[in-house]
Amino acid sequence: MQNSTLIIVLLLLMAMAYQLGRRRSRRLAIAGGGVRSLHSLPSYYGFYAAIWSGLPALLVFALWMAFQSSIITDLVIADLPESTRQLPEAQLGLVVNDIHNLASGNIVSKDIDPVMQLAAEHYLSLQQTADAALMVVVVSMALLGFSLAWRFISPELRARNSVERVVKGLLIASSTIAIFTTLGIVLSVLFEALRFFKAVPISEFLFGLEWSPQMAIREDQVGSSGAFGAIPLFAGTMLISLIAMTVAVPIGLMSAIYLSEYASSRLRAIAKPVLEILAGIPTVVYGFFAALTVAPFIRDSGSILGLDVSSESALAAGLVMGVMIIPFVSSLSDDVINAVPQAMRDASYGIGATQSETIRQVIIPGALPGIVGGVLLAVSRAIGETMIVVMAAGLSANLTANPLESVTTVTVQIVTLLVGDQEFDSPKTLAAFALGLLLFVVTLVLNVIALHVVRKYREQYE
Amino acid sequence: MSCANIVNSMNDSNTNGSTTVEKVNASLKRRYARERRFRRMGLSAVMLGLAFVSLLFLSIIGNGYSAFQQTKVRLAISFDEQLLDPSGERNPKVLSSADYNGLIKNALRQAFPAVQSRQDKKELYRLISNGGSFRLREMVLDDPAIIGTTRDVWLSADDDIDMLVKGHIDRNLTEDDRRVKDSVIAWIDQLDQQGAVDLAFNAGFFTSGDSREPEQAGIGGAIMGSIYTLLVTLVLSFPIGVAAAIYLEEFAPQNRWTDLIEVNINNLAAVPSIVFGLLGLAVFINFFGLPRSAPLVGGLVLTLMTLPTIIIASRAALKSVPPSIREAALGIGASRMQMVFHHVMPLAMPGMLTGTIIGMAQALGESAPLLMIGMVAFIVDIPGGPLDPSTVLPVQIFLWADSPERAFVERTSAAIMVLLGFLIVMNLLAVILRKRFERRW
Repeated sequence: MQNSTLIIVLLLLMAMAYQLGRRRSRRLAIAGGGVRSLHSLPSYYGFYAAIWSGLPALLVFALWMAFQSSIITDLVIADLPESTRQLPEAQLGLVVNDIHNLASGNIVSKDIDPVMQLAAEHYLSLQQTADAALMVVVVSMALLGFSLAWRFISPELRARNSVERVVKGLLIASSTIAIFTTLGIVLSVLFEALRFFKAVPISEFLFGLEWSPQMAIREDQVGSSGAFGAIPLFAGTMLISLIAMTVAVPIGLMSAIYLSEYASSRLRAIAKPVLEILAGIPTVVYGFFAALTVAPFIRDSGSILGLDVSSESALAAGLVMGVMIIPFVSSLSDDVINAVPQAMRDASYGIGATQSETIRQVIIPGALPGIVGGVLLAVSRAIGETMIVVMAAGLSANLTANPLESVTTVTVQIVTLLVGDQEFDSPKTLAAFALGLLLFVVTLVLNVIALHVVRKYREQYE
Repeated sequence: MSCANIVNSMNDSNTNGSTTVEKVNASLKRRYARERRFRRMGLSAVMLGLAFVSLLFLSIIGNGYSAFQQTKVRLAISFDEQLLDPSGERNPKVLSSADYNGLIKNALRQAFPAVQSRQDKKELYRLISNGGSFRLREMVLDDPAIIGTTRDVWLSADDDIDMLVKGHIDRNLTEDDRRVKDSVIAWIDQLDQQGAVDLAFNAGFFTSGDSREPEQAGIGGAIMGSIYTLLVTLVLSFPIGVAAAIYLEEFAPQNRWTDLIEVNINNLAAVPSIVFGLLGLAVFINFFGLPRSAPLVGGLVLTLMTLPTIIIASRAALKSVPPSIREAALGIGASRMQMVFHHVMPLAMPGMLTGTIIGMAQALGESAPLLMIGMVAFIVDIPGGPLDPSTVLPVQIFLWADSPERAFVERTSAAIMVLLGFLIVMNLLAVILRKRFERRW
């Protein structure tokens, strides 16, 4: 691992620069009458030297890493015989891949001919030269930076201010990562989705009633029509989310009400953390529970009643997802119920209402916007939930409202389209990104509305 | 609604002549009944929630506890020199490629001399896991002197035998409905009577990598993968998250840019995890060309996912440090940077660490985005670094959950127990940290 050694060397150089810079400032201070004559504390001069020796070198290192492989590949291609260079892009890519594999000692797709052998050797030698050059450049950058810092250090140097400016720059850079993440999500999903919409019109995707993403390899193949109508997926997602919400909203809301208004402090101290456990359990565990315990149970009890229940019924996935969301609903409702001012409760009791009348006619109407916001957030969780539906819901895109049948969801399709071997530019894989874009937009809109509702409501009572 | 009733009854009382008190008293019984009903509904909702928790745990533990034991069968293995090392040179190369399966087959034939037909012999050989030969090879390579002797060796049984011994296969079923034949059951019972069948602690479950054979499959590889992934996540997300929180809480001016950052952080916290997987696939793997299935990429994706959690928790921790600390520091001449790093941050550190641990616990349980970046491959080797292909614990659970063998159900549940164990420890740590170091001003 040449790169990690280089990083370690660089870190050592920085540590050394710190020590030397600090010592130099102290020595300079002696002449001026002690440490007091310095502008900053000695350690700041150390940091100053360390930053000068480390930061430029690290930047060079990062840039070099980003461009090294493409430049080397270009050089190797330029050296290939004319006939090979004239190949179309895709074939050239294969040749380059073979050269890479040959150079790193992997298996090559076809027989090795002398041209390839030569190219691979060329590649290897270029790589070695580049690695050595990188080492030299980075280390000399570090030394150069350090010698500059050495020259700059003087009692008048405002070392603390410079160091603090760099630190502040790092803080700002860290805080913008959130923006870059959002940007990255939007761009990556959007670009692939746009490529997908070139192959499949957007209207067909949004309003088509048939989903079967297997593309035909031959024209005459049966059953591989490659239909990309996403309506069955939306319907399946909605069905499962609806089942989940019918489980989670009443149970979550009622338990929040009971725990905050009725329960003794002892019951609350036990029941609340236990319910919170449900929120901490990984979704893959819920998926396993749904597939192994709940789905067979529903199928068996269905067959006792004479119903034909699919073993991957929407009901099983929805029920378990509902259980997962209970703590989410209950903790959000708990917050808003507690935010209702005590004065409103007291007023209601004062005119003779019972506790349940107060809750139903004063507290819930007062907390309703907050509860609605919480439910919207829960819906967005349910729509985006992946593992439970991947493990417990089906793969076949049925357009049905019957919870006993098997349906599929947007997230299930994303996973099935992208897991395993894939060529990256077939509509089949790109469809996953189109679905991802849709998922992102829908959950974003739900979240924005929900947060807005919750915030607006909170301000009312404050 | 009953408020309205009271008001109505007040109005009515003037016209009907009966007093308000009578009306209210008449309705009291109904209203109290409704009160009780409402209360019972609330209680049953809580109980239902608690019942779900216990059902979940019972079903997982009930299915999985037996996986921590493994059925072993004692066989008298004679390390036949003719079979292992005919030349007698004890050359390690010859020894490591010798036919150790043959030793097991011989031992089984000797234990059951009555078995003659080809078909039955085949069944007989399947009693012992085919990992047994590796075990014998290790023994011989460790100590070549054992060649030529006969030793009693405890070998892992095949997964079907394991299930039979643990009672997961119903002996009352007819032979055709069972995975194990009558003859096999008879052999096992015979061995059992000789004391040659035993349940031992299944250490291999924690140390070995994945396998297609349930009795050889373990979570060692997945645990190492999880550790590398979490390490990458921690190293990246903790400093970045804390730095972002410090900037937003202590330095950022109130302007549109800051608002934009805050809105972004809040929204990222609610983006479905699978979308982060799409980001990882498109950006880290396809654009930057990082290796698929590597913990490094998994760690990067999980970093982006856990950052909002850490930033939000760290900001809350910074907010709870009282302004007097800041003013005191500034008052004795500290710069703002010194004030933050020397005084405010140490006081907020317990809260920041708590948030980080909770974020790490989330990351440990996350699997959907890792499916997207190829950490679902079947990987036998235990990863040795963050660039080796590997899988993580939740994804291993996902992979095993798909396997049809009954023995994998047991192992999946056991892996879940281990995962939940890790999560409980992490959350307890967070609670202790909060209880121990939390200061109220």
